[in-house]
Amino acid sequence: MWDYTDKVKEAFLRPKNVGEIENADAVGEVGSIVCGDALKLYLRIDKATEKILDARFQTFGCASAIASSSALTELIRGKTLDEALAVTNQDIADFLGGLPAQKMHCSVMGREALEAAIANYRGAPIRKTDAERVVCKCFDVTEEKIRRVAMDNHLTTVDEVTNFTKAGGGCGECKPEIENILAAIWSAQPPLKPLKPKGMTNLQKIALIQEVIERDIRPLLQADNGDVEIVDIDGNRVVVALRGICSGCSMSEVTLKSIQDKLRELVSDDIVIQESR
Amino acid sequence: MSTIYLDNNATTRTAPEVLDAMMPYLTEFYGNPSSMHTFGGQVHKKIEEAREQVAALINAEPEEIVFTSCGTESDNTALMSAVETLPAKKHLITTRVEHPAVLNLCHHLGRKGFRTTYLPVDMLGRLDPAALDKALDDDTAIVSIMFANNETGVIFPVEEIALRLHEQGVLFHTDAVQAAGKIPLDVKKTPLHMLTISGHKLHAPKGIGALFVRKGTRFHPYIIGGHQERSRRAGTENVASIIGLGKAAELARTNLEEEISYLGRLRDRLERGLLNSCPHARVNGDIASRLPNTANISFEYIEGEAILLRLNEFGICASSGSACTSGSLEPSHVLRAMGVPYTAVHGSIRFSLSRYNTDRDIDTVLEVMPGIVNELRELSPFGRSIPEGSGGQTKEYT
Ligand code: FES
Repeated sequence: MWDYTDKVKEAFLRPKNVGEIENADAVGEVGSIVCGDALKLYLRIDKATEKILDARFQTFGCASAIASSSALTELIRGKTLDEALAVTNQDIADFLGGLPAQKMHCSVMGREALEAAIANYRGAPIRKTDAERVVCKCFDVTEEKIRRVAMDNHLTTVDEVTNFTKAGGGCGECKPEIENILAAIWSAQPPLKPLKPKGMTNLQKIALIQEVIERDIRPLLQADNGDVEIVDIDGNRVVVALRGICSGCSMSEVTLKSIQDKLRELVSDDIVIQESR
Repeated sequence: MSTIYLDNNATTRTAPEVLDAMMPYLTEFYGNPSSMHTFGGQVHKKIEEAREQVAALINAEPEEIVFTSCGTESDNTALMSAVETLPAKKHLITTRVEHPAVLNLCHHLGRKGFRTTYLPVDMLGRLDPAALDKALDDDTAIVSIMFANNETGVIFPVEEIALRLHEQGVLFHTDAVQAAGKIPLDVKKTPLHMLTISGHKLHAPKGIGALFVRKGTRFHPYIIGGHQERSRRAGTENVASIIGLGKAAELARTNLEEEISYLGRLRDRLERGLLNSCPHARVNGDIASRLPNTANISFEYIEGEAILLRLNEFGICASSGSACTSGSLEPSHVLRAMGVPYTAVHGSIRFSLSRYNTDRDIDTVLEVMPGIVNELRELSPFGRSIPEGSGGQTKEYT
């Protein structure tokens, strides 16, 4: 039996916000019965403020999947869409006091349903397009997803990718490819978290921000046909412009958030990223 | 809250009679059966008594029984013995639904250059003996086919297979871990060469198994060392457990008929009750030829681990073929090999009974299960799209 935290058990046995919302403003659906878990997220959204007034879910899956869905709805209720988009799969796992490593894919499913619902609300389909390459055929996982989840969660081994995405957990044929994808990501960006330099001068900080963006962020965006440019750096405020497919992308908040996370991780905790309009 | 244990194909409770038989050999009679003195000699005698008891369970001769540490060791010993004694033959035949003790060893040998054939099963989990005929060739070192499947309880036509292979002079091993003690086994009638037994599946403790090796079968030990077990399995004997296995075998043999009808009745009550009270439930496996204690039921459109954890809240222990319970991401290889549809495979639950289960246990499961299934279906996004009617072999229960 899995070693679930009391919070996971509670959220599984007595999940909150279960069910459908009639005429929901947004619906996000991920997973499938074939893969063994699926989540449908319904949102009621205040049009003027973009606040999530109600969030409900239906989940087919194991205890962690149900608990993650319940946690997700609790985390996003009352938030604006932009605030909700800042909720990561790790936030979902943390809310539950942690999930077993092999079950992290359940939290990722929660995060994905949220993205799907918000994309649905904003009129941009987030669902996989034909252009996206499926790496793991057993679980229908794309290269894009593997990259994103690996980067967001600092995954460095194939096993970790499997725990977070299921990719590689079936016939195993896709494992060499996952290995290659990881190698490509982390050759551009070492996964070890370097110590943040302390007591930098303004100039040093600007130089480090530029360096991190050049070395750790742009290559990844470029690999997906996107890009980012620094427009201005003012103290902790970094103004950037998204380019290529990143600009105008419905997921730009996510991209900006991940740039901010990276800068906070490698430069300074108080960095705030802004998109120049 | 008391425990309702319905997971006896995983392991069984050690019978109190078994424990009583073992106790003196864990305490005062601690001699080494290989010693020359009387103190060890009396232990040796007791082991030989256990050997007779285990032999009697399958109608073998005592000298045809080798004590091992578990079912897996017995399975591995059988296959590796074939590989060692027939070095020129490089082909192994087994089924897709074997226990990992056979399956993974075959995968391993496959990587070492052996050709391996995995025989398919049909939708009801039945094996087609004709497929075996096709697979056989001059290069076949051994055929290893389980007696009864651990997940569905489906019984394979081992006697028929043994007769065919006997005519062709092919070595045949059967993993009878789930069958021994639950249905009659007779190696005099069934001309197989090796047969695996595991203690903890028939109310002996864990960590003890036996391998039947027919007299005259060329044999190579898997564990090499001293001369124990007539040089067929080295290592100081697990004395108390061997004695426990002997006692367990005797209990199983003397009560076999009675237990078959008792367990069959309980199991059918459980199964019928669940199929009648839970819509979209189906039985996996051939109900015409099954172990009397096993029911594998799929509750469609919900997931097995979720069902198990809800059952756990009522003290009910069962098991699931869903991927999520095992840490793997792929559901049960047995149910997949049978082609159980995805709508059902993730929500499969195995209830496996023993002599210690009662009608009250069944009542409790029947009381709580419909609620659990309903609640989880309410939670499921597929709840609304469930089509009318349900698949599976529900006919005789409606
Ligand atoms: S293709 Fe990825 S596990 Fe099979």
